Amino acid sequence: MPSLESLTILIAEDSAADRMLLSHIVRRQGHEVLTAANGVEAVESFLQQRPHLVLMDAMMPVMDGFEAARQIKLLAGETLVPIIFLTSLSESEALARCLEAGGDDFLAKPYNPVILAAKIKAMDRLRRLQATVLQQRDLIAKHHEYLLNEQRVAKAVFDKVAHSGCLSAPNIRYLQSPYALFNGDLLLAAFTPAGDMHVLLGDFTGHGLPAAVGAMPLAEVFYGMTAKGYGLPETLREMNAKLKRILPVDMFCCATLLCLSFQRRSVEVWNGGMPDGYLHTIATDERKPLTARHLPLGVLSPQTFDDRTEVFPMAVGDRVFLLSDGVIDTCDGDEQLFGVERLHQVFAANRQPDSLFEEIERALRDFGGEARDDVSMVEVSLLEAAQLSPPALVYSDSGQSCPLDWSASFEFRAATLKRFNPLPYLLQLLLEVHGLRAQSSALYSVLAELYSNALEHGVLGLDSSLKRDAAGFARYYLQRNERLDALQNGYVRVHLQVMPEGKGGCLIVGVEDSGSGFDVARVLERPLDGVRLSGRGINLIRQLGRNASWSDEGRSARVEFFWEALA
Amino acid sequence: MTVKAELSLDGKILTISVKGRFDYAKHQEFRESYGDKELSPVIVDLKEATYLDSSALGMLLLLRDHAGGDDSDIRVVNCSLDVRNILAISNFDKLFDIS
Repeated sequence: MPSLESLTILIAEDSAADRMLLSHIVRRQGHEVLTAANGVEAVESFLQQRPHLVLMDAMMPVMDGFEAARQIKLLAGETLVPIIFLTSLSESEALARCLEAGGDDFLAKPYNPVILAAKIKAMDRLRRLQATVLQQRDLIAKHHEYLLNEQRVAKAVFDKVAHSGCLSAPNIRYLQSPYALFNGDLLLAAFTPAGDMHVLLGDFTGHGLPAAVGAMPLAEVFYGMTAKGYGLPETLREMNAKLKRILPVDMFCCATLLCLSFQRRSVEVWNGGMPDGYLHTIATDERKPLTARHLPLGVLSPQTFDDRTEVFPMAVGDRVFLLSDGVIDTCDGDEQLFGVERLHQVFAANRQPDSLFEEIERALRDFGGEARDDVSMVEVSLLEAAQLSPPALVYSDSGQSCPLDWSASFEFRAATLKRFNPLPYLLQLLLEVHGLRAQSSALYSVLAELYSNALEHGVLGLDSSLKRDAAGFARYYLQRNERLDALQNGYVRVHLQVMPEGKGGCLIVGVEDSGSGFDVARVLERPLDGVRLSGRGINLIRQLGRNASWSDEGRSARVEFFWEALA
Repeated sequence: MTVKAELSLDGKILTISVKGRFDYAKHQEFRESYGDKELSPVIVDLKEATYLDSSALGMLLLLRDHAGGDDSDIRVVNCSLDVRNILAISNFDKLFDIS
């Protein structure tokens, strides 16, 4: 930047001789000169020509320099227009008045051209500094507004994705800052085709846009796979692989995933790196911690990722409570953490389960923690299956190519049974038959029960009576994992047969396994009650499908589904 | 300096000590403390670390990646109870030797 830019300088001086002398000096220094003979002319000239700097005589007729300075400063607003008072005054009080009126400096008569040039230069530096500060302030303000707007748009797009699920279901309560996304907190919920509910509470490392970026692909995998009927392990593997592939090494996502089954009255849990969640059994007022057993998503390679889940029984009204680390990591003024102990005290004092969130928030406030916007909490309760109505699936095809007369058989052998869940594929195939779409939920539930019976009781030889109580429930799922890991032989066969019947049609599902069968008569004899933890699967199949029957000593099951003409 | 790096006398073992809050503000210093040194094992001394946030966990992952990923030998030592809790919740004991 040139150090001596030519400025436009206003000289307000009532003595014509002085005015000429000053004009001469200033012009010689390379500046342009405007002149005024009194305060009114000076203000007028400023208004019309906006000089960069003013040399102002204090004593002038019509309007004196003090008043003119005040008016010019007012008109200049935020822009700095330096005013140098020209004065023969020597009392300090009068000089002070010059500065009070808005003057930036003064120059005593008689004029010394060297000092005048130096003062003009100094004032010009100040003027430019002010201009730069203003420009940068405006730039920052503009960027900030831009950023906020971007966040608004990003959030609006993301909300469309995140809320495409069922966060508004009657059994979910949650609390989350509206901008939690930009803290990396993520809450998703969706129904499976069988009417189970998948819930994810996640927390990406870091803050701001980087933390929000990974949320979108994660939500996509979660919703896509849940809707297709994949279970937690497959969904987890996919989410982990995707995040591992796209995120930098130091970014990952702590997450807890739940699968709430209203029909089986159980919850399946996977916790990777989140604080303990809690399973609240209302009958005993016990809170079982759901502890992190895994590394967060996006850390391990697909080969080493551990998708093992835990399953716990639930009764109607029981609740699962999950929270983000914003709750327990809230600090008070002395950097003390709120911590798990204090959370447990809030639990202990809680009488009304419905006011738990408010009580935790109050405890955080009382603790003196500064408000954080990464405090996320969610509570999901188990309702009677009938109290929830999963939304109907939306199909995009016209129905012109509906297959109506076919059959197919599958045999899934040991190596496949270990890692592969065939149900989503089978369901997708069956839902090409339009008549079956209205009962997709029942169809999926029955397929899922038949398959898990064949696998768990048949191939793996697990004893369902283990699931009599909560401890046995846990043991059952532990054994299931162990035996599946060690599985060498065995198969599950699935036979599907679709036939037209009048204007509607019929589906026959057959499932066989390589196990040792069960005492069909004894199991079917048991009353259809919903309270026991074990044996619920068989009842479900009999209630949801038609003409359920077992043969070959329980090794072979058969269920039928019918539909009428489509409207 | 709140992140200090020291080489053992034989030049084989690098010890990185972190003082105070181990969070994003230490990112640059922590990254520079090992630079492009190829060392194994690396010892991360958290004796004077008061707190660990998730970006510190991310930095440990970066160090692990730099030191050879699954073949790395990184020992996180002298963890306070709070720090140990945070590492336990994240299950980082599956990746690091923590004591």
